[in-house]
Amino acid sequence: MALNDRIVITGIGLTAPNGNNLAEFRQSLLEGRSGVVRYETRYMPPVLAGVCTFDERRYQSRRDVRRGTRAGSVAIYCANEAIRDAGIDWDRQDRSRVGVYLGITEHGNVETENEIYEISQFDYDTTVWSHHHNPRTVANNPAGEVTLNLGITGPHLTVGAACAAGNAGFIQAVQMLRLEEVDLAVAGGVSESIHTFGIFASFQSQGALASHEDPAKASRPFDIDRNGIVVAEGGGICTLERLPDAVRRGATIYGEITGYAMNSDASDFVLPNSERQAECMRLALSRAGLRPQDIDLVSSHATATEQGDIEEATALNAVFEGCSTAINNTKSFIGHAMGAAGALELLGNLPSFDDGIAHATINVDSPDPRCRLDHLVACEPRDLGTIRRILNNSFGMLGINSVLIVQKYEG
Amino acid sequence: MTTEEIRQVILDILERIAPDEDLSGLDDHVAFREQMELDSMDFLDIVMELRKAYRIQIPEDDYEHLTSMASTVAYLEPRLRDVPVAG
Repeated sequence: MALNDRIVITGIGLTAPNGNNLAEFRQSLLEGRSGVVRYETRYMPPVLAGVCTFDERRYQSRRDVRRGTRAGSVAIYCANEAIRDAGIDWDRQDRSRVGVYLGITEHGNVETENEIYEISQFDYDTTVWSHHHNPRTVANNPAGEVTLNLGITGPHLTVGAACAAGNAGFIQAVQMLRLEEVDLAVAGGVSESIHTFGIFASFQSQGALASHEDPAKASRPFDIDRNGIVVAEGGGICTLERLPDAVRRGATIYGEITGYAMNSDASDFVLPNSERQAECMRLALSRAGLRPQDIDLVSSHATATEQGDIEEATALNAVFEGCSTAINNTKSFIGHAMGAAGALELLGNLPSFDDGIAHATINVDSPDPRCRLDHLVACEPRDLGTIRRILNNSFGMLGINSVLIVQKYEG
Repeated sequence: MTTEEIRQVILDILERIAPDEDLSGLDDHVAFREQMELDSMDFLDIVMELRKAYRIQIPEDDYEHLTSMASTVAYLEPRLRDVPVAG
């Protein structure tokens, strides 16, 4: 592969329900600390959710927080943290050569619900519908708010990819960097989903909303007592650069994206498809020039739904048959961060390149034999000694699959 | 509402839509936009807040009366004279 086609991660900014930077997040994952809490939402009894506590005001004025959206604030926080972490001299950065690519599961539901509630207080008088509604709900909003905040004049867009979106943001960035459309990409995924009651109500109607008397035990992928999804908010954003640029400026390199793939099930609105998931993983492996046994750790997508976990386990057992590849799951700690899920799940695992430890999948007290995974890192972290390659799964509704392979950078 | 109460209503709205601004030294006879960061969307927030709190429909042709505190209060006085301050 040409040097300029090698794309590396050089800065990380994140907010998760159990950590507002990589160090905090990683520590929570290693110590088994959940970020799921009881949460009030409109119209419904309290639900369980992963709620972030980052400081919106660190990079925004109160006026800009009021003006924008929660997804915008998540994105602005994470983007600034990533750029700062990357050590980029922002004042000297050619911002016309920076692109912002953010995966989202959905956008606009929060503002629309808020406005409908607001006009309901005025007998549905539409003259009190906010003039902020359109700029807040356009699909590019979170990425656009990042460009406004950071003075980025290069391209920006969101990638709507349901719960496959986090990986999709990274993939878009890799492609744009390889095409030399930009020199620096600010990419990943964000979610504000907990601020809409509709996502909770819809999962409840689908029989897929998790409940448990102990919030920390509610998200239980691969466990026989799982009963659905815990919705979370969050964001995971990286700076991505071509390898020669990163080396030239002496950047810290967290990892190199060596393979990726996206495909579609073409089979159902909501039910996943293990055959297509397996094809997606194999395509990513093929593009990276790797065999399944070359992967040390799989960051699984499993959301703790009845069928979803079985389908992914089936796909994993097909692809990694006979391999000793470890498998873990981050949603067991934080719930399903929707557009941010794929990004956060990858980022929380990246420090394993340095410490060799696969964080646990918590709450697997009774593994479901229907989604048995022989090498699942259950309940306690596992010291694998060396971790050099991670495969990150993210799948979403309408049958969208994304897989990313990240390799430890060793020169 | 008295003139002073109308002025306070406007001040409260400005504090909500421009929370980073120090409005203690606001000059009533100088345009808002010359004293604070206030763009067209913020300006529409003033109109919207008045609409929500006092059911006043301010036609677009009258927006020119809302440039400064003094002109805004003068415009609103006859319209809010018999209206109590919202709780």
